[in-house]
Amino acid sequence: MAIARAERLVNLVLCLLSTRQYLTAERIRAIVPGYADAATDEAFFRMFERDKTELRDLGVPLEIGRNAGVEGPDGYRIARRDYELGDIDLEPDEAAAVALAARLWDSPQFTGAAHGALIKLRAAGVDVDQDVDVPVEPKVRTSEPAFPPLLAAVQEGRVVEFDYRRPVPVEVRRRTVEPWGVVAWRGRWYLVGHDRDRRAPRCFRLSRIVGEVVASGKAGVVQRPDDVDLLSFVARSEPPAQAVATAKLWVARGRAQGVRRRARHVGEQEYDGVPGDLLEIDLRFPDSAASWIAGFGPDVLVLEPDVLAKTVREKLVGALRGAGVRA
Amino acid sequence: MNASSADRLPRLLALVPYLLARPGIPIDEAAADFEVTPKQLRRDLELLWMCGLPGYGPGDLIDLSFEGETVTVTFDAGMSRPLRLTAAEATALLVALRALAETPGVADKAAVQRAVAKIEAAVGQARPAGVAVGLAMREAPETTLVRDAVSAGVRRGRALHLRYYTPSRDEVTDRVVDPMRVLLVEGRSYLEAWCRIADGVRLFRLDRIDAVDVLDEPAAPPPHAEPTDTSEGLFRPDPSQRTAVLVLEPDARWVAEYYPVDSLTELAEGRARVLMRYADTAWMTRLLLGLGGEVHVEQPAELVEAVARRAEAALRRADHLLAT
Repeated sequence: MAIARAERLVNLVLCLLSTRQYLTAERIRAIVPGYADAATDEAFFRMFERDKTELRDLGVPLEIGRNAGVEGPDGYRIARRDYELGDIDLEPDEAAAVALAARLWDSPQFTGAAHGALIKLRAAGVDVDQDVDVPVEPKVRTSEPAFPPLLAAVQEGRVVEFDYRRPVPVEVRRRTVEPWGVVAWRGRWYLVGHDRDRRAPRCFRLSRIVGEVVASGKAGVVQRPDDVDLLSFVARSEPPAQAVATAKLWVARGRAQGVRRRARHVGEQEYDGVPGDLLEIDLRFPDSAASWIAGFGPDVLVLEPDVLAKTVREKLVGALRGAGVRA
Repeated sequence: MNASSADRLPRLLALVPYLLARPGIPIDEAAADFEVTPKQLRRDLELLWMCGLPGYGPGDLIDLSFEGETVTVTFDAGMSRPLRLTAAEATALLVALRALAETPGVADKAAVQRAVAKIEAAVGQARPAGVAVGLAMREAPETTLVRDAVSAGVRRGRALHLRYYTPSRDEVTDRVVDPMRVLLVEGRSYLEAWCRIADGVRLFRLDRIDAVDVLDEPAAPPPHAEPTDTSEGLFRPDPSQRTAVLVLEPDARWVAEYYPVDSLTELAEGRARVLMRYADTAWMTRLLLGLGGEVHVEQPAELVEAVARRAEAALRRADHLLAT
């Protein structure tokens, strides 16, 4: 019966770990059980190539070289110091952090890799309990279509090109970027890199990339500057917080709970024959506040400030037009 | 090769050092750690038993001793340590750990930083990979208080009384829930709990909890209360939802990034026609009133009518206010 491929590969790893000498392919064929199954030279080399590829994909550091003073083809060995995970000993609270970290990803790119890391840490003697109780369980998804090609480009150090949509002013333009990193910030993914067209570092929202991301040029071309902190770069690119403005509203009795829960009650008043309450509310984002208030329609009226009342009115007129009614 | 055999080699290489560190471990426990069945783990052990060093005689092969339902490695054939982490594995773990370290209230920051330093030292990856995750949220001070109370309920296993704002119905209701965990997803925090009124698992956004009391009675989610699978996003398409046809002006394009949109057709001048799912007409009407001037509502007719009626009524009342 043919020897299972997994068994052959384990034996190959053990064999190459145990030797200081480089072993030629022919020698490996003679020693390691399983290769004798190959009927021809060609079948053996195909088999051996495939095995080498699989080991390299797993991260097994195969060394290629020739023993001193020996003629002939190159041989193989595995240097134990490159193969073995270094000593690691985690305290229970550190292991709990690792367990939580490994559960962070909801991502085809990272979930499996985090699991693989956990297996190896356990094999190094670390007890990582997956069922540890935590106060908050963070989850991060990487579902943006642009994520996989950008991550690959960052890791390979390749330049990328893509069409990017800017909301204000409205435009879709081709961008050529030297990618430094992909960053999740407040629930959104961004690309940070050097924008070749603008000749400056820029931050791009992945959800605004239109169509395919194309990697171009050679690997290793892009070098991230050492002093770039990706996270703070994205954080700094956010618009600054605006000053808090206080507004005075009339709210129909029993209506607009969403407004009431954030406002202070300052009085009562009847308008248009409808009983209601006078409320004061602190607004942090005046523009989105106008949209939010307009949403409540006739249940909320803006008494002060005038500028907010006007913006709300414009939105309502716009909504009427958008519903096909001429105001 | 099938999918399970792709995982098998890494597991086989990790098994010997794993067992070496835990002499006499029950096979069931080892299987659970590797997330395979005990039957599969036994097959793996049988295979490893056939592997060893050149010579492949009795003294060269990996040797295992079985006692009852436990196993011990008696000869490791030189495989005493696991393979080092790949770049992808180190990245997945270290990026996640750094994210935890920078987020207050998620994990013990000092412990996370110690873990990062130890793992970096062990894997030899000093330079952070080109991936960073910030979990910090923009949070009002009230929400921080809610978070503390909710976390206490989860930790102590107590039921919670919540006063909760439901935007789809624009109502604030009181309810008792059995907390399960606190989730932080896409920049927002949620309490996952068994809701006794809804008779099901629900996610409560912390910034919509207006009041929370930790009760004396224990949290008792029923055994069939399953945690939400977050891998496909928090909100699933629901067949009972309706679909609106909207034309978004460029300024309203963010709607397509923010809400569940099934299809997007590019139109002239940066506009886009989208099909957006929604559960509640009143909620959708509020959204569309707020987007006034930036969205044209094409369908359904009842939604077009609701928006027009509410906008007209609001303008009439505002005019009345001006006149008085």
